[in-house]
Amino acid sequence: MANVLDSVKFDADGYMEDANAWTKEVAEAIAKREGITLNPRHWVVIDYARNEWKTKGEAPTLRNITKNTDVDTKELYSLFPGGPGKLAAKVAGLKKPTGCI
Amino acid sequence: MKTFLILGAGTGGTMMANKLARKLSPEEWKIILVDKDEQHYYQPGFLFIPFGYYKPKVVVKPKRKYVPSGVEFIISEIESIEPAANKVTLSAGKRVIQYDQLLIATGTDIHPEEIEGLKEGGWHKNIFDFYTFEGAVALHNFLDKFQGGRLVINIAEMPIKCPVAPLEFAFLADYYFQQRGIRDKVDLIYTTPLPGAFTKPKAASVLGDFLGRKGIHVEPDFAVSAVDSGKNTISSWDGRAIDYDLLVTIPTNMGADVIGRSGLGDDLNFVPTNKNTLQSVKWPNIWVIGDAANVPASKAGATVHFESDVLFENILRSLRGEELQPDYDGHVSCFIESGFNKALLIDFSFETEPLPGAYPLPGIGPMKLLGESWLNHMGKLGFKWMYWNLMCNGLPIPLPAKFSMVGKRP
Repeated sequence: MANVLDSVKFDADGYMEDANAWTKEVAEAIAKREGITLNPRHWVVIDYARNEWKTKGEAPTLRNITKNTDVDTKELYSLFPGGPGKLAAKVAGLKKPTGCI
Repeated sequence: MKTFLILGAGTGGTMMANKLARKLSPEEWKIILVDKDEQHYYQPGFLFIPFGYYKPKVVVKPKRKYVPSGVEFIISEIESIEPAANKVTLSAGKRVIQYDQLLIATGTDIHPEEIEGLKEGGWHKNIFDFYTFEGAVALHNFLDKFQGGRLVINIAEMPIKCPVAPLEFAFLADYYFQQRGIRDKVDLIYTTPLPGAFTKPKAASVLGDFLGRKGIHVEPDFAVSAVDSGKNTISSWDGRAIDYDLLVTIPTNMGADVIGRSGLGDDLNFVPTNKNTLQSVKWPNIWVIGDAANVPASKAGATVHFESDVLFENILRSLRGEELQPDYDGHVSCFIESGFNKALLIDFSFETEPLPGAYPLPGIGPMKLLGESWLNHMGKLGFKWMYWNLMCNGLPIPLPAKFSMVGKRP
């Protein structure tokens, strides 16, 4: 079976080049590659991140996510172990959070 | 008679008051400028105070010195903004001002109370900020007596004012302890919520292990969860705990409380603003400049300077009933002090990350982009004069407002 990720372009760190090429199936496959099985709580975060990207053009910060969803920081870290900001962006097909330099 | 009300007399509010006072007819317009504080601070200078490179007095001047004649200047807190009624209520005498046009320039402040334990026992004892005048001066008094130990720098969360300042602080701390001959007794640790000290591809590849070469340890992806003043430990949500002898914190940055109270802000009390026209997203007679806006450009004086040219033209267009021009391209330039009388210079926009090259003239410079030089350092020091004498008076500084690729190597 062809992998759903075969036709998706990624940067050197594994973030999608084109957020518009994202689908729910792609998200499942990226999550699997990162060792995460998505459950409905993950989707609360992913849907919020996609929506933020659509309106603001960038991935949300941890504060945005925890203030505007019912997922708190502790749960966020259990859903996306290690780095929820980075991992949630990755699974949602968005660019990693960056500074100005 | 119509009223142009400006809230905040920092860099943005002061510059715009000067520009508008020169242009708007005093028969037609009354300009009112409001701020809670009598003192104007040259905030880029806060960085130098902890190390004794600047005396505190060189960064402070009375705000009144920069208020143009004909502008009414009021010292007061702002109680509320009611955009649907074009009305602002001040704390002083409960004065109500009806405005025709409103400019929000209320900036951003640090909020240490947002981090658990940060503002407890150790605050301004062995935990300091350098984003306030008081914090920078208190840190200087501490550093003066500091004989060694572990200095941890922490950025709580993004966005912050002047995102390169924590890096500059780290570089200057390395230089300062070397000058004092105690560098071998100081551990320098830089903790950041971002994936690294440099996150843009070009900067990361050109600058590489810039911090490592200075003996500064970087702790990336460090999202602070709590500070324990009793144990002198800072912890992250993913379970890391780092001991410190001195904690230099860049706490959560938020817009003014009145923005939140008035329902004009986002999660961090920054005002949703069109990033290209600098008009409020919701209210056509409200304009926003600088740190107060949620514009995805660095919160910095250089940003305010470049924004002010676009904003001024757009306000005039709007008053004439013309279409606004989406002219702000996110152009920002900043010097990054790197110690040893050198500095880096970066110049970038919404679309283009900092690139190496020469600025402003290709091949000639004289400033070097994304590299260290003595001349960049002199530029940084010279900026204080430009700030007090040109920028605050709303006069042009000799740099192009629009971002340009000339001289840059992609």
